[in-house]
Amino acid sequence: MARRLLSALVTVVLALILADIAWHFFSWAVLHAIWHLPENAAHAPDTDLCRAAIGHGACWAVIREKFRFILFGFYPYDAQWRPALAVLCFVALFALSLAPKFWRPSLILLWIVILAVVGVLMWGGVFGLAFVAADQWGGLPITLILATFGLAAAFPLAILVALARHAEGLPVIRMLAIAYVELIRGVPLISLLFMSSVMLPLFLPTGWDIDKLLRAQLAFVLFAGAYLAEVVRAGLGALPRGQYEAAAALGLSYWQKTRLIVLPQALRHVIPMLVNTFIGFFKDTSLVLIIGIFDLMTTGRTATLEPAWQGFGNEVYLLLAAIYFAFCFIMARISRTLERRLAAPHQDIEEPA
Amino acid sequence: MSTPSTSSPPTPAIVLDDVHKWYGRVHVLRGVSLAVAAGERIVICGPSGSGKSTIIRCINRLERHEQGRILVEGTEISDEPRTLAAIRREVGMVFQSFNLFPHLSVLDNCTLAPIRVRGLGRADAEARAMEYLKRVRIPEQAHKYPPQLSGGQQQRVAIARALCMQPKIMLFDEPTSALDPEMVREVLDVMIELAESGMTMLCVTHEMGFARRVADRILFMDRGEIVESGPPETIFDHPRSERLRGFLNQILHQT
Ligand SMILES: Nc1ncnc2c1ncn2[C@@H]1O[C@H](COP(=O)(O)OP(=O)(O)OP(=O)(O)O)[C@@H](O)[C@H]1O
Ligand SMILES: [Mg+2]
Repeated sequence: MARRLLSALVTVVLALILADIAWHFFSWAVLHAIWHLPENAAHAPDTDLCRAAIGHGACWAVIREKFRFILFGFYPYDAQWRPALAVLCFVALFALSLAPKFWRPSLILLWIVILAVVGVLMWGGVFGLAFVAADQWGGLPITLILATFGLAAAFPLAILVALARHAEGLPVIRMLAIAYVELIRGVPLISLLFMSSVMLPLFLPTGWDIDKLLRAQLAFVLFAGAYLAEVVRAGLGALPRGQYEAAAALGLSYWQKTRLIVLPQALRHVIPMLVNTFIGFFKDTSLVLIIGIFDLMTTGRTATLEPAWQGFGNEVYLLLAAIYFAFCFIMARISRTLERRLAAPHQDIEEPA
Repeated sequence: MSTPSTSSPPTPAIVLDDVHKWYGRVHVLRGVSLAVAAGERIVICGPSGSGKSTIIRCINRLERHEQGRILVEGTEISDEPRTLAAIRREVGMVFQSFNLFPHLSVLDNCTLAPIRVRGLGRADAEARAMEYLKRVRIPEQAHKYPPQLSGGQQQRVAIARALCMQPKIMLFDEPTSALDPEMVREVLDVMIELAESGMTMLCVTHEMGFARRVADRILFMDRGEIVESGPPETIFDHPRSERLRGFLNQILHQT
């Protein structure tokens, strides 16, 4: 009885605390918020009103004023429908990948096509679209490109590396794979990004100039590849030896065995860990801020550097958080669907003693 | 029943010629020589660790022997991919722990290798799979997944899966020792039927009733050697070596 009473009391107190926090937030974000600002003499929004409200009311006007810059950075203003469409392409791609009824080999083809369309939209230079160099890109498309291309390239790389680490008959390849994983894992992503942006050009023959974004992308692929390889390796290790032997005894070749027996089971074991790593890297793309690439995080920060808008970081960072959350949430959902789908027809796999 | 078919030029199904194998410094096969005629049924028995599994696994190259020669259907085993593939096509194997593919349905377990390795069309492969699933008496389980089946059912699927490749030789490594006693019978029945159909079989098993009924020859192994071999009556009723007598005493008192 006393326990029930205590737990009821704790519940009530917690509820009150939460309600108070929610009320304060509501009051700041809605009741006292400023959505729209009058223009001053210079035809710019007069931010004094917002400044007066700092502390008790949100200034959503900053979002209204800056959202195009936050989303698309320095991409030519009139052509910003192109990155907008590219973002929609990504969203459509993720949404389709979420629906089990689209899980066929042709989905991979769709990925390739859509990623190509994104490239055309962003660069232009064909179909009458003006060319836009990559150093003018910015905001959300950069984040999505880094994450999507990065993981799309890192995942196959990770599988190859994990397989190489398992290749008992090929000591040299095995050593290379181990060296790669250990080297990359032992170095912070930030220093990899610095190396790719500063040191890589020094090693390249003169006249060669790889785009900064591409270099960051490369660093990102290498980094994600090493971590994902370890996850995949855990999956490979969890597979009972008998599975390899049965496949070999039936006469399947190495690649048939790998593709049809080993990987489907090994990857299924590690879906939650894989997606966890994916989500981590999606957020890690924000580190390109330090080498001056205008991803979503950088444009958001830059938007509040302008003197008139200084002091309204909270509002902007809330928006950024919401965007990051939305994409991470999609990934988490894909993971859950995958787990459920792939686990459905089976009971737990048990090995007879 | 016990005379192997001795038609025209008798190429033995399997020949082992002074085969040696080491695990590190442990000498686990010490000069094993053996010829198995087509259609012959052989049971291998012996104490734990005597090298029974190792012999079986050398025949389809799941293990590599270090010395001597192994010929399957007249072809010497090597690591050369085409030879290896050819030999594994002709040699089916059933494991103690079934080793079905848990992510594939029973039917897909049975059609995978015929389609991928033999190049059969899906419809043909499925028809063939159903035929063999009927022979092992579980056609109604074709669309279930292995973890949903009992041990005895899984082992019968494993036999059907191997047979779907239409191998000339079948290897069994203690196919009933992971099973509950009440399921041993159903698997042995399938194996007896297979033996009576004329399949060349090498079985590692301690099921002496089965051995007496189907074996043309019994090999008794101990410490990496074939100590005695002969028809069941000779081996069971007139053991010559002390080692075999000791072994028989042991298993007769167990069961
Ligand atoms: N992978 C391995 N590494 C090292 N030693 C091994 C390995 N596999 C088997 N051995 C050893 O080789 C010897 C023969 O093993 P094998 O599995 O062929 O015996 P077995 O007759 O099948 O025994 P059991 O009845 O227990 O299955 C044993 O001494 C065993 O310890
Ligand atoms: Mg054994």
